[in-house]
This record gives sequence, structure tokens and C-alpha cells, in this order.
Amino acid sequence: MPGDEVVLSLEDVEVHFENKPSLLDFGGDTEVVRAVDGVSLDIHERDVIALVGESGCGKTTLGKTSIGLQRPTGGSVKYRGHDIWDIRDGKADADLSWEEIRTSLQIIHQDPGASLNPNRRLISILSEPLRQVSPDLAKQEKRERIYALLERVGMTPAADFAERYPHQLSGGEQQRVALCRALLMNPDVILADEAISALDVSLRVEMMDLMLELQEEFDTSYVFISHDLSNARYFTAHSGGRIGVMYLGQLAEIGYADAIVQDPHHPYTNVLRWATPDLSMQDAGDLPMRKIDIPDPVDPPAGCNFHTRCPEAREACRTADPQTYDAGDQRVKCFREEDGHDYWDSPELTD
Amino acid sequence: MSQSTTTETRKPDADDPVVELRNASVTYDDGDSYVLDHVSVDVERHEVIGIIGESGSGKSMLAESMLDSIPDPGILRGQVTYNPSNGDSIDVLDLSKEELRQLRWEEISMVFQGAMSSFNPTMRVGGHFKETLSAHDADIEEGMAFARELLEDLYLEPDRVLGSYPHELSGGMQQRALIALSLVLEPEVLVMDEPTAALDLLMQRSILRLLRDLKEKYDLTMVFITHDLPLIAALADRLAIMYAFHPIEIGETEEIVERAAHPYTRALLNSTPNLDAPISEMVPIPGSQPAPINVPDGCAYHPRCPLADEQCRSVEPDGYSVGERHDSACHHWEEAREEISLNYAENLGDAARSGGEE
Repeated sequence: MPGDEVVLSLEDVEVHFENKPSLLDFGGDTEVVRAVDGVSLDIHERDVIALVGESGCGKTTLGKTSIGLQRPTGGSVKYRGHDIWDIRDGKADADLSWEEIRTSLQIIHQDPGASLNPNRRLISILSEPLRQVSPDLAKQEKRERIYALLERVGMTPAADFAERYPHQLSGGEQQRVALCRALLMNPDVILADEAISALDVSLRVEMMDLMLELQEEFDTSYVFISHDLSNARYFTAHSGGRIGVMYLGQLAEIGYADAIVQDPHHPYTNVLRWATPDLSMQDAGDLPMRKIDIPDPVDPPAGCNFHTRCPEAREACRTADPQTYDAGDQRVKCFREEDGHDYWDSPELTD
Repeated sequence: MSQSTTTETRKPDADDPVVELRNASVTYDDGDSYVLDHVSVDVERHEVIGIIGESGSGKSMLAESMLDSIPDPGILRGQVTYNPSNGDSIDVLDLSKEELRQLRWEEISMVFQGAMSSFNPTMRVGGHFKETLSAHDADIEEGMAFARELLEDLYLEPDRVLGSYPHELSGGMQQRALIALSLVLEPEVLVMDEPTAALDLLMQRSILRLLRDLKEKYDLTMVFITHDLPLIAALADRLAIMYAFHPIEIGETEEIVERAAHPYTRALLNSTPNLDAPISEMVPIPGSQPAPINVPDGCAYHPRCPLADEQCRSVEPDGYSVGERHDSACHHWEEAREEISLNYAENLGDAARSGGEE
């Protein structure tokens, strides 16, 4: 269960990518993609945050910004109270170095095959993080720790696996090695970017269980990125974590797993719930959304950015951007949370 | 290697099959390690059949054998028959290269995973439609009008999509454009191999919804290959579950989901994260699938099966009829239903609870 101390604190984070016109494109405008647009979020010790949303909603950019792999263009990312980019720029007066921060914030990628060096054996891949964090360790000790961890993640006999190359492993085994590599850095936060999406459906639960078991032992937090609400629910519900629903760079709704799944407030959360297949054999009905395709992030809709697709959208949503309302433990960015809002008197939008 | 006569003796499972596979086998070493192991399956006209399997279960081989398009140097043996709605039956493995070229796309069309690699990146999407029409000597003008209709059916703007290069479209739009392209010659059968796997879940579900509309509108037969059982359950009329290179259970979707009669199918259903099941009851399947070179004797699933006994280790199970149009290759299918409970059972109707859970 999450502790009290905040490890990472994101305040009004913005990441805007500029696409400058080329020389040939004379007089063209600079296009700005608002990948992340004003997100605030606290990540505690032993916390789990799952970010869900469709492709292009900014969940990966937000994840990378939170672990310091992407510099925000606005707002701040603080690690244990210190602005990490001030430290990077040498502007902060803290007894904390950029290297220590980098060590504490790790990542597991979606494609484990591409994130492991194909020319190195596992023992060499896994020695690297140990060389960084505990350079004084004797060779034999390093080997023992690596073997112990390989055994812990179910890759036995460890001595045999340690001598293999990544291509000699299955996808699930490769992903476990990537997890081991991140854990050996003894990090405070691991960003798992679609880390189970490439695995067979039947292996996903196993991988998530393993990640959660090791969380207890290594005392780490996860930022878990997924486009699948049922995986996000499984991962967060087991650990008392939260699910953040992202839409076009903003958090539409955030709350505890069961609340988000059982009682979605934001119409977009409801869309994601519709998109999650179940086995009840009941007809889920038509898509609860007016358009299939996500709008161009270069030119996001004014007002509430979901109004072009929202089944509940009214005239008021076209002009004003909703603030974030508290609804119990949930936080919801939608006018429908406020009883007396103009929204309720304005006409419904029809295309 | 066990000799599988499982399905040969079984009566055909369709009344009006459009594609019939009989003892279809694929080997890569000309020996006896099969990546498709003596499979006999019928695809009924106007049905959607879902072929479910994990990586390396042979599900893509099954799809590709329907078009005789096994990648070299694989060798396909057995019989593949295509029955057009008007005209004589066609022995697919007997066709000349040119006849096969015509059969593909015009009669049986295929959509692959990853639209990005199916399109030529230097050609506009419209060019792909024109090229396809002219390669099959179709009327271009008529064909392009139909292409526009198909694109609109898939909620795409025809002018924008036809005039775009593939990279200018999002992944979901590309995949939908590819589905339109696969249907432009009005085939009877559409075979799709993980057509939505690279997309986010919302787009996957949206596409499945559109496929259902397309199927109704154009009287299509669909073969849908996927590893994701819950995803296809909403669309498919029948499901075939693949394990170790042949189907181990086949039946109507509702039958499979509510009254699955093979321990592997039940384990697969329980291992899938889903919003309805209690969190604590989702359990992974221990162990892994066998490789083609060392498929266990007897029932291939026996090393992982909680019900396995001596019979399972020595005798490969025949297809048992376990319900109406529902076959399972398990000696202990009754025990499987009794002893392996489904974690989402509370959300099902009464029939399923009394059928499997007590």
C-alpha cells in the first residue's frame, strides 16, 4: 500500500512539441503539439499510478516527463521536494545530484527484445546496473545477486539463463530480464510503458503479479502505462493504486481502481469502459462516442477538448474549459460534476 | 509423434461450408514436426469464426493454409476446398499460380497485422485501390466508387484517405483503409490475422463493431485470428481454440464462454484480465506451450493440465461431442467443467452456473 511520503510531484506540467516549418515551406506556421497540457500529480512511496488512454493521448510523454526523460516546457517535476531540472541545470542548492535522481527513476519499455543488447549475455546485461550502483561489489557477489534475482523471477536454473543471449529467451522472459535490470538500480519509481502489452494475454497476469511481488521487496513505485483498462485495474487494485484517464494531454479523471471502473464519472472514462471486452456475453451496444478518431493534437478543440466526441456535450462545452472537480475520492474534469453549472441549461450538441 | 485421426472421423461441423480443411498439415523440415498438425475445420458460409491461440500455437498457419500462402519453405499437405456460392468446388492446393492469384483477394481476401507494412509507403492510399483493381482486371471507375462506399462504411473520409500517403493516417485509420482495400474486389471470405493487435483497445473495439456492420451489409464470411478471446467473443459466432498446432476445442461462442469443456480453454478464460472477475481469481497458466519439435505424447496439454492421468499421457484424445455443435479434445471434459470454475461465472446466466460451477 502507498506510503505517506511523496516521491515525485508533478505540478501543472506541460510538454509542448514544436514542429518548425522547413526552409522550403516558406511562410508556414510553427505547429505546436500539446502532448501534455497542465497535469498535476503526486506519486507516493510504494504507489502505483496507471495511466490509461488511447494512442496519442500523451500518456507516454507524461510518463517520461515524470521520470526525467523528457524536459517539460512548463510546470515542474519534483523528486523528494527538489525540482529535478533545476538540479540538472546546477541551479538548485540541494545535496542531491542528477545522477542520483536518474538512478532512482527507471523505465521498462514495451518491446523487451529491442531494449536488451542482442550482443551481450544476460550476466553482462545485468552486471551493468550493479556496476553503477555498487561499484565496490566483488565479481562473485555480483554474480550471486544476479543469480538470486533471476531465480526470484522464475528463470531457473539461473546459472544457465545468465549465459544466454536475449534472443534465446521468450518474450515473457525478456521482459522479466528488463524488470530485473531496472530493479538492480534500486529505484524509487519504475515507469512501465506498455510493459505487458506485447505479451500474450495469458502471460499478462503472471507478469503483473511478479511486478507487484517485487514491489514489496524492493520498495518501489510504479507508473504503469496501458491502453487496456482491465490491465490497469488489475495492476492498481492489487496495490491500492490509482488510475489516471488521459485525453489529449490532460487528466480527464483520476481515482482509485474500483471507483474508476465501477463508477466512472467522466464520459470518456465510460468510453474506455465500453472498449474493454468482457465475457458476460451481453451486447455492449454502440460506441458511446460521436466520432471514432481522436482529433489532431496540433489543433485540439477549444473549450473542453473532448466536446467533439463526447456523447453528453452541450453548447457550454464548446466555449469554456472545465476545471477539475472533486467527486468523492475521484477528480473529474467535466462540467457535469457541478449542479448549478450553465452546462445544464445549454442546448445539446449535435453534429 | 502421435498420429492424429481426431477430426477425420468426425462428421462435418457445417451444413454449407465455404472453406473446408481436411487433414491440413504444415511442416518445415519435411519430417514429422508439424506447425499445423492434421487440422480439419469447416468455415460455414456467412459466419464469423474466431481462431484463438497464444503465440506459437499455429493459428496463423491455419489462416494462411486457407489461401495456400504458407511462407517458404513450409510444405502444406492435406486438402483445402473452397465452395463458391455459385459454381463448382475448387481444390485450392491444385490451382496453378495464376488461378491462385485470382482466388486470393477476389474470392478469399486476407488482412494482416500491422497495416504500416502492408501499404507501400511511397504510394498514396488511392493508388493501392487502383492497382488492386487493375491487377484483377476490374472496372476502375466502378471499383473506386465501391471503394468510397467502403471507406464511408468504416467512418473514413474517402477524399482525404485516398489522397493521403499511408504515414499521414493514424494507425487506426490505416488499418480501416486496409480492411476497405481487402474488400474492394467483393470477396466472399475475409481472413484476418490479428488485424487489430497493434492498435489501442478503443480502436480495436470500434473496428470490431464496424466489421459486424460490414458482415451484415455485404454478406461476408469472416475468419478472425487472435490471441485475445474476450475481444473476439463479441463478434464471433463460433470459436476454435488452438493448442500445440491444432484446435482442441470448437463450438459456438456462447457455448465456449459459458460451458468450455477443455481445461486449457477454461484456464485461458480465467487468465485473462477482465473487469468483471474478482481480482483474486485471475490466475496465470503455469508452464508454456510446446515447440513443434517436442510436442508431448498423448494429449499435448497434459504436462500443464491439473486433470492429467495415465490415459492423457499415452492416448491422444479424439474430439468428444460435448454439446450441440461443440467438440472438445479432452478425455476428462466433464471433470474439466466441474473442477475448473470460471472466475466470471457470476456475471453469466443461470444455465452456465448450473452447467459448470456446482
